[in-house]
Amino acid sequence: MEKELWKGNEAIAEAAIRAGCDCFFGYPITPQSEVPEYLSLHMPQHGKIFVQAESEVAAINMVYGAAGSGMRAMTSSSSPGVSLKQEGITYLAGAELPAVIVNCMRGGPGLGTIQPAQGDYFQATRGGGNGDYRTVVLAPANIQEAVDFVQEAFDIADQYRNPVLVLADGLIGQMMEPIEWHDVSKRQLPAKDWAATGRKGRDHHNIINSLYIDPNECDDFNSHLAKKYQLIKENEVRWDTKETEDAELLITAYGTPARIVLTALEQLRAAGIKAGLFRPISLWPFPEKPLHDLAGQSHIKAILDVEMSIDGQMIDDVRLSVEGQKPISYLGHAGGVIPTVEEMVEAGKKALKEAE
Amino acid sequence: MAVVYQKSKGLTDNELHYCPGCNHGIVHKLVAESLEELGLLDDAIGVCPVGCSVFAYNYFSCDMQEAAHGRAPAVATGIKRTHPTQPVFTYQGDGDLASIGAAEIVHAAMRGEKFTTIFINNAIYGMTGGQMAPTTLIGQKATTCPLGRTQEQAGMPMRVSELLSTMDGCVYAERVCVTDIANLNKAKKAIKKAFQLQMEGKGFTFVEVLSTCPTNWGMTALKSIEWLKENMIPYYPLGVVKDTSAEVK
Amino acid sequence: MTAKVTFDRDRCKGCELCVSVCPKHIVAIDMESINRKGYHPAGVTDIALCIACASCAKICPDSIITVEKFL
Repeated sequence: MEKELWKGNEAIAEAAIRAGCDCFFGYPITPQSEVPEYLSLHMPQHGKIFVQAESEVAAINMVYGAAGSGMRAMTSSSSPGVSLKQEGITYLAGAELPAVIVNCMRGGPGLGTIQPAQGDYFQATRGGGNGDYRTVVLAPANIQEAVDFVQEAFDIADQYRNPVLVLADGLIGQMMEPIEWHDVSKRQLPAKDWAATGRKGRDHHNIINSLYIDPNECDDFNSHLAKKYQLIKENEVRWDTKETEDAELLITAYGTPARIVLTALEQLRAAGIKAGLFRPISLWPFPEKPLHDLAGQSHIKAILDVEMSIDGQMIDDVRLSVEGQKPISYLGHAGGVIPTVEEMVEAGKKALKEAE
Repeated sequence: MAVVYQKSKGLTDNELHYCPGCNHGIVHKLVAESLEELGLLDDAIGVCPVGCSVFAYNYFSCDMQEAAHGRAPAVATGIKRTHPTQPVFTYQGDGDLASIGAAEIVHAAMRGEKFTTIFINNAIYGMTGGQMAPTTLIGQKATTCPLGRTQEQAGMPMRVSELLSTMDGCVYAERVCVTDIANLNKAKKAIKKAFQLQMEGKGFTFVEVLSTCPTNWGMTALKSIEWLKENMIPYYPLGVVKDTSAEVK
Repeated sequence: MTAKVTFDRDRCKGCELCVSVCPKHIVAIDMESINRKGYHPAGVTDIALCIACASCAKICPDSIITVEKFL
């Protein structure tokens, strides 16, 4: 298959079209503005809907309306805009609506910076909205994964009737890479007979809602959601490893830093250190068991977590998964500063030394 | 026997939870009857707010979506843009529409989104127990302005119909009330016209219904009708605020 | 006799809006009874005078009134 050179944001946008996205609602914010820009031109060309909403709040609610009436809907934003969407996301989860949300993370907190960061891991996996809900979170490390995950996200969302977050960063959004538009696995999806499409002869009306004012009903509904999330945990865990079979130093990283880790692995190995990478791809559901089992191997002496975050956020899940089996250290920067290969090598050596 | 009046098919059989004499029940009927008489019930999709009418999805028999507080116009945009031939409406109170949802309603009107908004203006927050609304009148007491609203503290009340009329996309805005049969008939006519214009693809249509809130105004249903006539109508004049529908092709 | 007016008494909330709009002043609250909800329900006091205008039915917020006309 032929490779094409694409800018990340535009590829993400094109991926949505190829996945049969019916409508996109978005708002400009750096570093993802090219997503709505691309779609403002291309969606109408495909007979699909594009609206630039008045805010990220309005955009996520437009997604809610479209998804509630049975359509494939998507929005994209960056960190401060995704903060605004948290209410909409909990409503989507509570109303059991499928939707795809793309976040090109930038530095924070607050207005932060426009440079890439990974400070929204908590927001994505713990949920910035209220209530006991989860969103499936997929973290691409390159543009190929970004376009594959965006396409799969629509199917995952429809299968489970749940919002799916594709957690990218400004690097992926802004850079250009060669990619293939290959076939992405498609799922058998149930009919959307629950959608508020207009009755059209149906013998009952459909209601899209997250209000269960009776506490027992609310409890029951939450149990239903919990069962769904359990099913997702059993079926949707994804991760990747590199050279972990004999590793003494295990580096955990996700997204673009994980790519830089690959170079650090080469340098560490050249310096006589057996280093390996464990890269979570589904951040929720997090690959707890694979990481736990790997950490338990006797050849692993120390773990180093690397993130574009000041103290780390995924590190909490790493700690939970490792369950104290091995010592864990951290390397990270916030503010759009990306950890370098040299820093990773230094930190890796230090982690091993401290473990002795 | 010939039936002169019976409950509309646009309403479910559920009992309404509203307070005795609350105008919500009346306006629900007018919307339901309008949709039924226009033959739109089977295709209609409604969006209900957060407020006393949060349970409207249990009262209308068409497909319904519950929206987050204030977001109904955005939700309706998502629905109508993807279902352009079907009737879509939002039903919102004064907190939902004029406070937290101010941006959403203004932009829906700006974009000329082709749905209909029914705005229940009872100058107070009902569901949460009687706090001040953007439409609470000067001197009117509410739980967050217990000595009466003052201009210095809270500004002058918002005239939403007039505000939205400044948007070209808003082609029809009328203010009505349901204090008596004559006004009720006018209100129904306005609501029906709003839906009619929507189906003709004219643009955003808006009906503001001045309403009573006997419980939070601290009056009987009948006394609250008097209060509305004496206090609300002078500030919020009844009638067509804007109608440019004839100019739209 | 022109009309038949049926009140679903157990759903009436005694708000008196129907009382206020009847042009014949023949709708009243029945103070002698209390319905399932604890309200005094409304009803027609003299059906012979009813002109089947359905004003009561139109204004009832709970849609508990049905008006029929003899043909």
